[in-house]
Amino acid sequence: MKLGHALEALGAISFRELRKFLQQRSRLLSALVRPTLWLVVFAAGFRNVFGVAVIEPYESFIEYPVYVAPGLLGMVLLFNGMQSSLAMVYDREMGMMRLLLTAPLARAYLLACKLIAGTLLSLVQAYAFLIVCALFGVDLPWLGWLYALPALLLGGLMLGALGLLLSVYIRQIENFAGTMNFVIFPMFFMSSALYPLWKLKESGAIWLYYVASANPFTHAVELVRYAMYGQFNWVSFTVVAGTLAVFFGGAVYGYDPQRGMVKKRGQA
Amino acid sequence: MMSTADATLEVDAISKSYGDVQALKELSLRLDPGQFMALLGPNGAGKSTLFQLLSGLFVPDAGHIRICGADYQKQPTRCLAQLGIVFQQPTLDLDLSVTGNLRFHAALHGLGAAGRARIAPLLEQVGLGASAQVVCRTLSGGNRRKVELARALLHQPALLLMDEATVGLDPQSRTTLMTLVRGLCRDQGLSVLWATHLVDEAESADRALILHRGRKLAEGTPAELMAQSGCTTLEAAFLQMTVPANAGARREEKIS
Repeated sequence: MKLGHALEALGAISFRELRKFLQQRSRLLSALVRPTLWLVVFAAGFRNVFGVAVIEPYESFIEYPVYVAPGLLGMVLLFNGMQSSLAMVYDREMGMMRLLLTAPLARAYLLACKLIAGTLLSLVQAYAFLIVCALFGVDLPWLGWLYALPALLLGGLMLGALGLLLSVYIRQIENFAGTMNFVIFPMFFMSSALYPLWKLKESGAIWLYYVASANPFTHAVELVRYAMYGQFNWVSFTVVAGTLAVFFGGAVYGYDPQRGMVKKRGQA
Repeated sequence: MMSTADATLEVDAISKSYGDVQALKELSLRLDPGQFMALLGPNGAGKSTLFQLLSGLFVPDAGHIRICGADYQKQPTRCLAQLGIVFQQPTLDLDLSVTGNLRFHAALHGLGAAGRARIAPLLEQVGLGASAQVVCRTLSGGNRRKVELARALLHQPALLLMDEATVGLDPQSRTTLMTLVRGLCRDQGLSVLWATHLVDEAESADRALILHRGRKLAEGTPAELMAQSGCTTLEAAFLQMTVPANAGARREEKIS
């Protein structure tokens, strides 16, 4: 595989995803409305209920919207990761997938191109949401916008890889609603996105505490939260990078014509 | 079957099953440069499975496929680079222009500026020179197919796979497409495997292969097939070979 060829293909695939995204204005809108509703409505109602104490990486008492913002950035990444998975299933049903998979490039590389292209969209949406946060006066450090970039990138790749893996197993677009219920909601609610994990422990939900501690989404959110304040969370980084490798490896295996699910199903 | 490097396509005793269903059984065929082979078979004969294996979407359970001497399992990307495919299902990005679709394909194949420069003359050649900037959604079915043909030829493949490419086209578009492809065989030495269930499309082929229930029933020039079955038309020969299942099985013994 020549480098020039590889880059040309990556550019074309990324550009195609970006163009499709820009053509559907409602998609950007709904990607922003969802977390904004949480930020404005949910955070307003719960501002005084929680009373977040001083915890790492914060140096002082913070307002609830400041706490929840990294969680909502994670939500943006999670939803877009699933949306990319939906697009894969759609492409497969429409036959576009065949065009891609018959390009003279290694299949793992083509899947990586898809993943990177989807993650670029995640980043665009995440930064659009950061602008929304700024407009609503959420007090996030400006330098954090820069520091958060690698964390958002890694988290976006991990959640995109999860979407890629799911697309192997979702046979039809109609089954997408099921994925929403069984993947997005548990992942989002059983995490540190909406409340710090010690709150779960304090309220006696010990099993939930352990589930949330092991949830890779929690670590994607924490990686972003720490990065916002220029800090590097080793544990979260390791978990996110590790699950990225596992999810992507699983997706490559699933799309392998000799071994994976595509072979068993007779459908590509 | 002789194994020589000159053959564009060599299929050597491939089998493929999906669960309990044997879709292909020990199928062999060979295609030389410039040859036009029609692949005839009723629905469910295994044509689609063969095309999926030839386009690398799946691998055969047994047997080998070689394209221009390269083994598919060992060098899949080298094989894919020599392959132009028009899929049965439309695979155009309908929101992109004709040129946009071809540019996307050029990038997937890493053709660079040289490939992009080929787009305009190729569109002229298939008769779409005036529609280069038209959005594909507004094109007729026949013209969409022509775009897909141009796209399949853009990377200058040695072998063109046409998977029931004329399904749903009006007779005029069918004839145009066929004439275009025959011209490429003659002038540029392109090998073509043309799957169809319309017998009249096979009448002018260099060779025809009749596939039935995953097995090769017969192969030869259209004249040979008519002689073998004692029929005066290829249509009659095809029907005689494929319809009565038992007779077909006996005939296969006789031919092979």
